[in-house]
Amino acid sequence: MSGLQDLYREIILDHYRAPRNRGELPVPPALKVEGFNPLCGDEVVLYLEVVDGVVADVRTGGQGCSISQASTSMMSAAVKGRTVDEARTLIRAFKALMSIHESKLEGGDGSDLADDLAGVRLGDLEALQGVVKFPVRIKCATLGWNVLVQGLDETAP
Amino acid sequence: MTLDVARLRADFPILRREIDGHRLVYLDTASSAQKPTVVLDAMDQLYRQSYANVHRGVYTIAEEATTAFEAARTKVAGFIGSPDPHQVVFTRNATEAINLVAHTWGRANLQAGDVVVLSHLEHHANIVPWHMLAAERGIELRWIPLTPDHHLDLSGLDQLLSGATLLSVTAMSNVTGTIVDVPHLVAAARAVGAHVLVDACQAVAQMPLDVTAWGADFVTFSSHKIYGPSGIGALWARRELLDAMPPFLGGGEMIRDVSTEGFTTNDVPWKFEAGTPAIAEAVGMGAAVDYLTAIGMRAVREHERALTAYALDALRDRFADRITLYGPPDPDDRGGVISFLFGDIHAHDVSQVVDEAGVCVRAGHHCAKPLMRVLGVPATSRVSFGVYNDRDDVDALVEALGRAERFFAL
Repeated sequence: MSGLQDLYREIILDHYRAPRNRGELPVPPALKVEGFNPLCGDEVVLYLEVVDGVVADVRTGGQGCSISQASTSMMSAAVKGRTVDEARTLIRAFKALMSIHESKLEGGDGSDLADDLAGVRLGDLEALQGVVKFPVRIKCATLGWNVLVQGLDETAP
Repeated sequence: MTLDVARLRADFPILRREIDGHRLVYLDTASSAQKPTVVLDAMDQLYRQSYANVHRGVYTIAEEATTAFEAARTKVAGFIGSPDPHQVVFTRNATEAINLVAHTWGRANLQAGDVVVLSHLEHHANIVPWHMLAAERGIELRWIPLTPDHHLDLSGLDQLLSGATLLSVTAMSNVTGTIVDVPHLVAAARAVGAHVLVDACQAVAQMPLDVTAWGADFVTFSSHKIYGPSGIGALWARRELLDAMPPFLGGGEMIRDVSTEGFTTNDVPWKFEAGTPAIAEAVGMGAAVDYLTAIGMRAVREHERALTAYALDALRDRFADRITLYGPPDPDDRGGVISFLFGDIHAHDVSQVVDEAGVCVRAGHHCAKPLMRVLGVPATSRVSFGVYNDRDDVDALVEALGRAERFFAL
């Protein structure tokens, strides 16, 4: 089952079974943002509270496959307490990680994405690298991150 | 009269493939069927021996291509019990066929406030064209609801059909497998002067079909679900309706005469077949019809029914209340399609894990989002059977689901 072990690393399953930061925040002052993956019915709800350029609090909700929910959980843990700039850097790095497949499809080798990844400590998020071997699931992994981008664009443009 | 599945499997080259050392267990025929060598050979032969454009050349291979193309039309007509091959219009697929009806018959006969009755079982192909007409000209859509065991709830049918112009309904659900009593619905619709369109995509692949016995006005289906190639399908309709309907797409083939002032249309069915058709695909569809006719659709129905019964029992026995099975409980009331939810595991994850064992299970909304909402779920897993599936395939599915359950151990 080596392919599956690449996709479903233990840490991903851990985040799926016990997602971090589940819940809601009062709106306002927090912002509520939602996103869907129309192909398969994954749903992510984010409550974002940005104070003085810092992601002061984040809560997650929604339902869907293990990849979408785990990725969202890991994201919430990674951005909570970071500045908005740090969060945006992280988002770019994660998307670069996921884009490596697309970049290779276009004949590249992913080296143009190296800049986005350089110096960024992805930590637990590294576990999601395996997703790129299953291109259909990339949209599951990036769903929560796209919702975060939406939210940051609204609260801290 | 059981099918010799082992012999039939040998007709499908793709089933010799292995996925990661596992044999390919294809359980997604409801989405699209695999193709037997006779279909592949028929298309290949046409291209190698007799390919030319149809309906226009006088030279030998043009005659051969035209004959082959029209012979395919006759085969399809015979397969569905149509008295006349001219009532079969080749389209790209069932979706295009329904759009054809909506754009031509629909635009000519449906005005603001007119009622089209659909059902909660419908596939998007039999929903969206009517939504588009509703947006364009304010027609009203009504929906036949479902009973708790996923039959159509006909208790309110008379009210729903009251004043309706069209009833457009599936003959067999691609999600729940529910077999719909088409003659009963046609009679109810006729009683109020409504026309009937039947989406026969699943039914035509799984049971004998007779459009005359059904009595409907329009019947639509695709080739790729009846073991034929993708890219071709059919609209069958009453001759007087086809004669009265304005054309769909404009171009070559569908005209009698064109001048700088205007055009006149060709006879039915060619009036609705603009441009060079999918010639090899039509021939392939005809070969698929021959293949199924040789097996016998009664035998296919019995095969589907028995395998579905076996699968329902096997899944219930192994997983009990950890699996939710959708659709009528009695295999007599349903075709070879089983949608299910497996514990708390998302359909996507189920598909991913069973794929490792070579088992192909569909996950998603199956192009039936309104139905998903009625069932109260965003997505389901779905297995469906073809003539090449047997009990070993069901056993492989059950084993693979067992592995998925242990893997996610929620």
